[in-house]
Amino acid sequence: MLFWTTLKLALRSLMANKLRSLLSMLGIIIGVGAVIAMLALGAGAQKQVLDQVTSMGANLMMIMPGQGMRAGVRSGNPQTLTLDDATAILENVEQIHMVSPVVRGNAQFKYYSNNTQSSVMGVSTTYFEIRNFNIDKGRTITSAEIDRRAKVAVLGADTVTELFEDIEPIGQEVKIGGIAFTVVGTLKSKGSMGPFSYDDLAIIPYTTAMNRVLGVDYLDEIDVQIEEGADQETVQADLETLLRKRHKMRQDEDDDFNVRNMAEMVETATSVTQTFTLLLGGVAGISLVVGGIGIMNIMLVTVTERTREIGIRKAIGAKDRDILVQFLLESILLSALGGLAGVGLGVGSALATTAISGFDTVIQPFSVILALSFAVTIGVFFGFYPARRAALLDPIDALSYE
Amino acid sequence: MERVIEIEGLRKNFHMGDTIVKALDGVTLAIVKGEKVAITGPSGSGKSTLMNIIGCLTKPDAGEYILAGERVSELPGNRLAAIRNRYIGFVFQTFNLLPRLSALENVELPLLYAGAKDARQRAESALHTVGLENRMSHDPAQLSGGQRQRVAIARAIVTDPSILLADEPTGNLDTKTGEEILSLFEELHAQGRTIIMVTHDPDVADACERQIHIRDGRVVNGAIERRGN
Repeated sequence: MLFWTTLKLALRSLMANKLRSLLSMLGIIIGVGAVIAMLALGAGAQKQVLDQVTSMGANLMMIMPGQGMRAGVRSGNPQTLTLDDATAILENVEQIHMVSPVVRGNAQFKYYSNNTQSSVMGVSTTYFEIRNFNIDKGRTITSAEIDRRAKVAVLGADTVTELFEDIEPIGQEVKIGGIAFTVVGTLKSKGSMGPFSYDDLAIIPYTTAMNRVLGVDYLDEIDVQIEEGADQETVQADLETLLRKRHKMRQDEDDDFNVRNMAEMVETATSVTQTFTLLLGGVAGISLVVGGIGIMNIMLVTVTERTREIGIRKAIGAKDRDILVQFLLESILLSALGGLAGVGLGVGSALATTAISGFDTVIQPFSVILALSFAVTIGVFFGFYPARRAALLDPIDALSYE
Repeated sequence: MERVIEIEGLRKNFHMGDTIVKALDGVTLAIVKGEKVAITGPSGSGKSTLMNIIGCLTKPDAGEYILAGERVSELPGNRLAAIRNRYIGFVFQTFNLLPRLSALENVELPLLYAGAKDARQRAESALHTVGLENRMSHDPAQLSGGQRQRVAIARAIVTDPSILLADEPTGNLDTKTGEEILSLFEELHAQGRTIIMVTHDPDVADACERQIHIRDGRVVNGAIERRGN
């Protein structure tokens, strides 16, 4: 009974000073909003990375030449992977489902007067499945075409748009690096991963790429799909042993290739976005604390302004605790209302970010609960000192306060 | 006759810089249940301090104060709030209503602090007693001075306290309204309530059965009830 009256009263005194209440809530509103929006942004980034990784192909393992990135620089001789390595992997390593050699290069694409510079991927027939490339129109490359170094190409979605605009591309002839290729298929759009676009490319037989277009005898990458449920670490170890043997490497020599598996990449991506999220969340958390100080400030003013009221209440029998509860309730109400408004702001700005920039945001229920309860805790924490000050006022002094 | 207040040897000092002011210098008095008493004295006489002690708003430095059988002077400070709530009804010169509450809510408040269940009905009946049954939902700002003081009186009597303690209850009112308030006090007195008015207005003091006169922290007149009156 007293509680509800006190609550009603607290609400009434907040309503009596609408602008002031709003301004003192602003810190909490922004803080909570920022926490929710930042965590939504972080979770969105993580989801995007995971989607990307999955779209690269499940159970994918990539073997790159060289020793991998050392302090951001690719070191070692990059011409260490051969076609024979790829064949040997498929034949000797267990639990491997498919292998595709990959050679990469850039070339000028030309269709009549339309020109574009794009990447050329020389691959095997298995590449499409390993890398999750889906055909939009036409077909993939056949093994017969690989055997006879056929001049056929499957084009990425952006490349098609650029070269053909509205013309039906299948069956058309495109010049890639000055050589005429027949378009046999187009790919569904896949999006980009970093600076590299999976939509702006031409996929051709690796035989054609190595001998006719790029003129190389080494591979840029070997893509492997391991069997469903296979142990990635075992496969990776087997791969490494095989390649070291084939490359005749001494015990103390570093690998001249490096294997990346998806689990690792997911882990890296997750830890990066987690750090990012933590950082943003931390900054947002600081603004919550600042908001709490704003509430404390206004509560101190309120207590001073209402000294006489406190005196009257004490005279008619309010205990110190009653006064404490009253002012504490007011600051909690302030921070909780601010928190609710902040949830609105956070969710709203997350949705707006997605709507405007297309950047994925994932609003996490736990972040809403976390931010709200943090806001209320701040109300209790920063409201306690002013409320205690009110509770300990001497009734005579309070009654004679002007 | 039952004594509702017994005070003996009450002392209270204030420190003003280096000097010690003896606000109360051994006050002894008694008030009987159902009495209507005025405490008078010039300003600085110590009557406000006496009123604050009687009202349990502060504690004496020395001496004994028994209110309704409770040895209040020996209670710890944090219990005084409950004593005020139960035994004392305050009426102030400046009414001291809470501005954001309606008349009814103002009157209800002491009952809510007491944890009473039937607060609403009792508050309504108290407002009835002071003749404000038609103004219950008004805010203090919508009421005249006299009406505000009536609300304050309703708030004071709603807990059915042992004493009504009024501090210059007509001080902020015009003569006519003041007389109305005094006759309301007289009605309450006729109903058997014990009323103590602190005043330096002779008209208010004359309306009481007995005057306790304070000067320089001592009772100079009227300390004990007229026995067998």
